[in-house]
Amino acid sequence: MDKPIKKVDIIFEIGDDYNALDVLDKALARPADDIVLDLIDSGLKGRGGAGFLTGLKWKFTKNEDSDIKYVICNADEGEPGTFKDREILDRVPEKVFVGMAICGYVIGAREGYIYLRGEYNFLVKNLLNKLETFNKQLKERNLDFVIGIRSGSGAYVCGEESALFESMEGHRGEPRNKPPYPTVAGYNKKPTVINNVETLVYVAMITRLGVNRFKELGTKDSRGSKVFSVSGDTPIPGIYELELGMPLSQFVDEFADGDAKAVQVGGASGSCVPRKKFGDTIIGFEGIPTGGSMMIFNSSRSMYNVLHDYLEFFTEESCGQCTPCRVGCQQLLKGIEAVKRGEKPPAYLDELKKLTATMRIAAKCGLGQSVGNPFNSIIDNFREEIIY
Amino acid sequence: MSNTELLVKELVKQHGKTRNSLMAVLQGVVQEERFLSEDAMIAVARELDLAAADVYGTASFYTFLDTVPRGKNIIRVCKTITCHMKGKDEVLLALENMLKIKVGETTHDKRFTLLTANCLGWCHKGPVMLVNDEIYPELTPQKAIEIIEEYAKHH
Ligand code: SF4
Ligand code: FES
Repeated sequence: MDKPIKKVDIIFEIGDDYNALDVLDKALARPADDIVLDLIDSGLKGRGGAGFLTGLKWKFTKNEDSDIKYVICNADEGEPGTFKDREILDRVPEKVFVGMAICGYVIGAREGYIYLRGEYNFLVKNLLNKLETFNKQLKERNLDFVIGIRSGSGAYVCGEESALFESMEGHRGEPRNKPPYPTVAGYNKKPTVINNVETLVYVAMITRLGVNRFKELGTKDSRGSKVFSVSGDTPIPGIYELELGMPLSQFVDEFADGDAKAVQVGGASGSCVPRKKFGDTIIGFEGIPTGGSMMIFNSSRSMYNVLHDYLEFFTEESCGQCTPCRVGCQQLLKGIEAVKRGEKPPAYLDELKKLTATMRIAAKCGLGQSVGNPFNSIIDNFREEIIY
Repeated sequence: MSNTELLVKELVKQHGKTRNSLMAVLQGVVQEERFLSEDAMIAVARELDLAAADVYGTASFYTFLDTVPRGKNIIRVCKTITCHMKGKDEVLLALENMLKIKVGETTHDKRFTLLTANCLGWCHKGPVMLVNDEIYPELTPQKAIEIIEEYAKHH
């Protein structure tokens, strides 16, 4: 179980012989079905956090009978602690384009879009420049596929895929009911593959390096490597590509400042792991799955403040469409404030935990459903800090 | 025809006359005029054949699609957790003192608006601020002031 932490460099590695277009040509020379089978075999799961098998998603969309289909690259990362996609789009955008083009080829789509969060508008110019060349190169290869960019306008919930479609269609970015899933009815109600930036890069890299190189990395449930964004109390904050399946203790040895008391795994909507559990927490789908955000807190930090910040974030970013989330987030925030001030007894925290259970069941999308992750893990592990 | 109406017409021509272009059109107006005036929203509604209330309802959902007047330069300081840990309060205070406004306000000369934002995606280099579309990481109060002084001179 004690796999040593392994740094890999697949995504940002640029060898002398590397050419993004070679990767594309390699894919285009193969039948679409083979590419799908390879992807499924590779075990690649979506890198946005939800972890659905990428190959299956593509297969479902490919099998839909529709003359219009879309490929969407979800570049609306907005979870506090998460900044990997920005780095990828900045440093290796061609790899993202190639992943999208392979997808277009496989599922039979003619249009692809990068939905870029408004906060990253400074990337647009460079991306458009590169896309102009890339789209031309697609044409030269007789691939009937064009990639464009759409900008977000500062709404965290638009990272939720159906909210993202609503936004692209010119509406408020409010999540839709599911089903139907995007593979059946996504953008413009047409079959759509929507993948995270990092997922698309891994598709390109699996095509380049082969399934086996990818399968060598990680564990049975969590294949491959992934990009982690490390922030908080660490001497070396930044972006790191690491093999999946490491114990949190080794991560902490490598990245923390020697005084870590908690690590928030998976961004604000993830779970907060206290020091005593570092040893038996695995980073991966068998332990704590994560979109890649790791925030480290040392003993100088008040976990009350940490939770308070998270709850403020969710209260502001809730789309307000469903009551459990809209009212729930506000009540959780008011609730811990009331306990802190002594207006409510400590036992009130347990009432609030019940509220998160309701939210998990009754909220419409991942935002409301996952607020209980940070809430419960911080309340359970740092109860005194919330009360006193 | 007013400048705003001309701008909207131009944007609609560029992005297309369908609902799918609504966001791009609104973003284009904000880019030029810094906020969505009532006139702008009515013009957009007319051009895209939508109810003005629908345009407002959509715009008001998004933080970056302001429906109240903003200054020529919009400063957004990240207030979320890691930037908080690294001292965003001091940065905000310094900017408030320098500009003589509070968060949410616009200077008298309409040059600057000071806002906060939820995670700008530079958590490893906090505190950070976005000035219009430009990002400034690893701020200190002093550094933030110097940056805004430059804007005051040139923008
Ligand atoms: S859970 Fe929250 S963010 Fe999701 S749809 Fe409901 S109100 Fe909106
Ligand atoms: S917390 Fe400030 S940029 Fe993410």
